[in-house]
Amino acid sequence: MSEDLESRFEAAVRSESRIEPRDWMPDGYRKTLIRQIAQHAHSEIIGMQPEGNWISRAPSLRRKAVLLAKVQDEAGHGLYLYSAAETLGAERGDLTEKLIAGRQKYSSIFNYPTLTFADVGVIGWLVDGAAICNQVPLCRTSYGPYARAMIRVCKEESFHQRQGYELLATMMSGTPAQREMVQDAVNRWWWPALMMFGPPDSESSNTERSMAWRIKRNTNDELRQKFVDMSVPQAERLGVTFPDPELRWNPERGHHDFGTPDWDEFWRVVQGDGPCNAQRVAHRRAAHEDGAWVREAATAHAAKRARRAGREAVA
Amino acid sequence: MNVYDGLTAGDSGDAHWAFGTGFTEPLAGIDRDVPSGVDRADLTAYALMLGDDALVASQLLAAWTSRAPELEEDVALANIALDLLGQARLLLTRAGEVEGRGRDEDALAHLRAEHEFRNVHLAEIDCGPSRMGPSAPGRDFAATTARLLVFSSWKLALFARLRDSADPVLAAVAAKAVKELTYHRDHAARWTVRLGDGTDESHRRMRAGIERVWPFVDELFTAHPVETRLAAAGVAVDPAELRSEVDGVLDEVFAAAGLERPAPVPVATVAGRAGRDGVHTEAMGFLLAEMQHLHRSLPGAVW
Amino acid sequence: MSASWPLWEVFVRGKRGLNHVHVGSLHAPDAEMAVRNARDVYTRRNEGVSVWVVPAEAITASSPDEKDPFFAPSGDKVYRHPTFYAISEDVPHL
Repeated sequence: MSEDLESRFEAAVRSESRIEPRDWMPDGYRKTLIRQIAQHAHSEIIGMQPEGNWISRAPSLRRKAVLLAKVQDEAGHGLYLYSAAETLGAERGDLTEKLIAGRQKYSSIFNYPTLTFADVGVIGWLVDGAAICNQVPLCRTSYGPYARAMIRVCKEESFHQRQGYELLATMMSGTPAQREMVQDAVNRWWWPALMMFGPPDSESSNTERSMAWRIKRNTNDELRQKFVDMSVPQAERLGVTFPDPELRWNPERGHHDFGTPDWDEFWRVVQGDGPCNAQRVAHRRAAHEDGAWVREAATAHAAKRARRAGREAVA
Repeated sequence: MNVYDGLTAGDSGDAHWAFGTGFTEPLAGIDRDVPSGVDRADLTAYALMLGDDALVASQLLAAWTSRAPELEEDVALANIALDLLGQARLLLTRAGEVEGRGRDEDALAHLRAEHEFRNVHLAEIDCGPSRMGPSAPGRDFAATTARLLVFSSWKLALFARLRDSADPVLAAVAAKAVKELTYHRDHAARWTVRLGDGTDESHRRMRAGIERVWPFVDELFTAHPVETRLAAAGVAVDPAELRSEVDGVLDEVFAAAGLERPAPVPVATVAGRAGRDGVHTEAMGFLLAEMQHLHRSLPGAVW
Repeated sequence: MSASWPLWEVFVRGKRGLNHVHVGSLHAPDAEMAVRNARDVYTRRNEGVSVWVVPAEAITASSPDEKDPFFAPSGDKVYRHPTFYAISEDVPHL
């Protein structure tokens, strides 16, 4: 029987049909998905911090409102994604415990600091832009709830990206100090943004199986190339440069050539030694633990009310 | 079509933002002339009082972003902070326009000195969250809830009356804000009941939260001369009129939560002056230092 | 850990004349808070919208595990933990 189920599963994936929560699925598929969706959800929640850092200091009330709304959206995205993971039998509370215990990861990009307000713009433009490149193919991923969550997320992310680009364009039209601030932020975020697509295909262990399962739709290197090709004209229009002397158009390939990210730095950050890893996790842990008494109180109150309602019904 | 389509397109579909980021003019079509017989300086000061209350309350509430007890609550608190920020922007814009010296919402928010801010102390005191690590009673989610309950109950009573203001702009802002404040008060009241009735710890913290804000309650009902004059002109609301209504609301919530209304212990003023006169608590300087520093650091910058 | 709030499924009526449609789920300690959180998270404050919340554990699925016919037309199937419906309009794609 299990062979039968497995071949039906494989056929469904191959034919681009969606797998839904109650369908039979291989254990490896379920586990890989939970890990990937949880990591994605954690990234949204941890990703609130670097930008949230600037809400209180936003230089105009309009920017403050936009930033607050954006960071709020990220909480919503995390919520959609945890919800998708829960359809696979995971629990949000359990996933959060794993995150703050350092047993599950999130996108390494958020382990870099936001040092000026231009970072808010560059995160919108490059980091959200890279995230969109990663996420758009996932709108067609084989697992239904994940694909539908991604559709919702992508739709909102495109506005995040636009606000970032618009902020940078506005700053570039301002004073020389503002233009320097933008270029400095681009210099700091460009390489980490390229690393968001993950290690080179030659070193990526999970790619092949995930592609077969349609959990992943493009290789890391394919997406990275696409991102570079898209970003270069955007940078030109903005009037900034990328800090890569090897970056140039290659007419034979029909793509831009570009330099190699510092993969040693990438692995150090992934393994926990990035500039902000400890701070980000500590912040999340503090919020979660500091909120425990509130969550417990709400549960206790709901139970008391249910008991009171029960007594009234009996009386 | 690629993912960058629309990145630089001109149309900004504001509806796609989660909550009122205020791109559109919510008061379109409202007559913005100052009604005849109304003192411009008084109206400017009054709009600043109301605007500063909302701005400062929003600034502190937004600090909960990424620090709330649960993700759903993170979204809810940001939502309330955004509503208050939206109110602040409309009111500061009105103040600048009536003043007639060319100051916009940002000049008023970021370039005024502390003594020029006219918000009540309740809005500016520290009610949490801790920026890292455990929040002490009186500086925690319960204290934030207590402040929000008192603040929104008071503001709701005020704005419900202000809908009839002789100033059409204030009346329109009040009409919009009443819907929002009704939700804020409801949110705070439900949390007050949950925490008051929840566990021993939450009850203790809720009581500490109410005690934290209680010394600042009397100021809410003390009329500044500007308020008295404008109330007589039908523009403003005399806050003293609001006391019994607000007390009634709070008593109802406290009763449902199993909490008692503390005895009044108002803090003394400074030579008769408080928030409405521009005399603040020590917390205000730090709040403004954080809020204003970037704007002030780059004169002539565009954002 | 033990204080984890129960899961609620959220259904939204987008506009008059349409059915309530499942849009996702959330955690809340009680129904009142669930419906309020649902408004904040899933309806983006559109006036005139109607929201239902249902305890996830109260939903019975029409087809038990493993006997679920794989290719059965399942548009109206209710799952124990279903989430999200597809939004067709202007999704960015490559």
